[in-house]
Amino acid sequence: MKRISILTAAAAVGLLAATQAFAADPVKIGMITTLSGGGAGLGVDIRDGFQLALKQKGGKLGGVATELIVVDDARKVENAKQAATRMIKQDNVDVVTGIVWSNLAMAVVPSVTRAGKIYVSPNAGPSALAGKKCDKNYFNVAWQNDNLHEAMGQFVADKGFKNVYLLAPNYPAGKDALAGFKRFFKGNIAAEVYTKLGQVDYAAEIANLRAAKPDAVFFFLPGGMGVNFVKQYAQSGMTKEVPLYGPAFSFDEGILKAVGEAAVGTFNTSQYSHDLDNAANKAFAGAYMEAYGRKPSLYASQGYDAALLLDGAIAKVNGNVDDTDAFRAALKDADFNSVRGAFKFGPNQHPIQDIYVREVVKDGDAVTNKIVGKVFSDHGDAYAVDCKM
Amino acid sequence: MTLVLFLEQTLNGLQQGVMLFLMAAGLTLVFGIMHMINLAHGSLYMVGAYVAASVTLASGNFALGVLAAMAAAGITGMVVELIAFRRLYDRDHLDQVLATFGVILTFNEATKIIWGPQALFLSTPEILSSTLELIPGAPYPAYRLFIIAIGLIVGLGLRHLILNTRLGMLIRAGATHREMVGAMGVNIDRLFTIVFGIGAMLAGLAGAMAGPMLAIEVGMGEKILILTFVVIIIGGIGSVRGALVGAILVGLVDTYGRAFLPFILRSLMEPSAADSIGAAVSSVAIYLLMAMVLMWRPRGLFQAYGD
Repeated sequence: MKRISILTAAAAVGLLAATQAFAADPVKIGMITTLSGGGAGLGVDIRDGFQLALKQKGGKLGGVATELIVVDDARKVENAKQAATRMIKQDNVDVVTGIVWSNLAMAVVPSVTRAGKIYVSPNAGPSALAGKKCDKNYFNVAWQNDNLHEAMGQFVADKGFKNVYLLAPNYPAGKDALAGFKRFFKGNIAAEVYTKLGQVDYAAEIANLRAAKPDAVFFFLPGGMGVNFVKQYAQSGMTKEVPLYGPAFSFDEGILKAVGEAAVGTFNTSQYSHDLDNAANKAFAGAYMEAYGRKPSLYASQGYDAALLLDGAIAKVNGNVDDTDAFRAALKDADFNSVRGAFKFGPNQHPIQDIYVREVVKDGDAVTNKIVGKVFSDHGDAYAVDCKM
Repeated sequence: MTLVLFLEQTLNGLQQGVMLFLMAAGLTLVFGIMHMINLAHGSLYMVGAYVAASVTLASGNFALGVLAAMAAAGITGMVVELIAFRRLYDRDHLDQVLATFGVILTFNEATKIIWGPQALFLSTPEILSSTLELIPGAPYPAYRLFIIAIGLIVGLGLRHLILNTRLGMLIRAGATHREMVGAMGVNIDRLFTIVFGIGAMLAGLAGAMAGPMLAIEVGMGEKILILTFVVIIIGGIGSVRGALVGAILVGLVDTYGRAFLPFILRSLMEPSAADSIGAAVSSVAIYLLMAMVLMWRPRGLFQAYGD
């Protein structure tokens, strides 16, 4: 029996990759995102948001014909790195975007910015890239990772909870999440639990959680992880005993569709919601619903905003994106109508924006998010001071 | 840490072990008897989960969904065996890895085409959605107890099948003396197809049972497959008893590691460091277990029937 080949076999399982390409010319944008596996919902939303903007503008950004190359990374670092190398060396793209997960972003973004390309992050905002390792070629149009968790820390503290149990996946954004929460929540932390990224069964964690008897749970589990956790939490009868709080990532529209009523009555924080009252969002939410038959999640709004940001900047430089200094300056101006309302870049090219709290409610048969208040106005991030650009 | 918590985590470990056993039983038979590495075993698990979800959602009957899942996975397994795997038995293991990896890609894409890229969801059947207070002070989900029961029933059933039936006798004989059994007039090809079908059916059952707990998504099979390989390596390739013991061992070690390691480390260092180091160490605990078992017994805990 060949044991070596068994192990090779098990390792070989990690090789999925699918590519899609769209033909056209001048401005080339490479999108590396997660379209298969447990994190697929997030990448699909980002891609769909971006493509909706591109379609609305007749396939042009800033009046220039735009080619979008979409590659699936299946949440694997190797796939993302490989795709980035090909985009930089072979496809010669002008801009790279799309990465969902912070561990992938940490592996890919520095090589993109070093190669002199612009990277616009529609999601991942690891603390390292916001602080010491910030780069003039790196723009984050979503948030710095800590932001939504900071808001929830504040909200949970305001609600009067004293003893909170924390749960997040063991990867850069998970660490950022709990750091962000603790920055604003000063009560007792019952435990800080890090689970494996992509973990599917949370029975052991839920049993420990019950035994620790906290007042509330703060959990950051995006995508399929959140679905599994909330379902299993409800199955164990805990929902009524210890309430769940989290960032929007743990309660996005995809997760709510899956967990249904088990999530009703919980609160989460977000910089975006499909029911935000501003003209840009009304137009976006309607068009998105019409195009894809579902409500836009925060991820979709971030993909859409990434396209609008590029659209504004490309227009400003008259399509001359090779003049990198001018293009960067134009991007930094952030001259576009974000669907989240007021938006500007801080000194580290991360957003300064408002953060809201949403309640999960029943809307007819569907379960969805509804804005109930604002936690922070013009909120920047804690790492900007470390950024020397 | 209390006794109640310990018992509850033991149930969790058992439940995880039982799910792994359903997967490992089929894989170890195919591996031990046909000497075939089948990476696509996880795809049959995925097929089971998807079919169970579709049938349950359409009919409103979970039991029907489970039966349909087993049938669908069993038939799919046999068809794939007839079309593709049959040609691979005499080939090198590397060829088998490549070919079955190709089958995974095919299944994943086909699943995306049929069911779409978004995950499907199944709620727990009404009758099992409550909790039972088996251990006082720790209400436990009835559904997870149900999984443990099903797993033990399947284990006993397989034992009976292998030890006490003609088919089981042929399986044992086919594993050790393949040519001889053929020479005695037994249709080995058909025997292999049947064994493959049984393994596939069990994978389908595992997928169906996982449905109400997990997101049903493309690629779900690969996650459990790696653990399944660990189980059969620990248990001894080809041994169903080894698969059961290995699966329960892996389930318990993984659960205890996740549940208690941070606690233990907390008494040694500051809490936040303990939490993150505990998480890191517990995620490799089962691989350490595998390494230790292989050092002690290089062929796994239980020898298969010859080989």
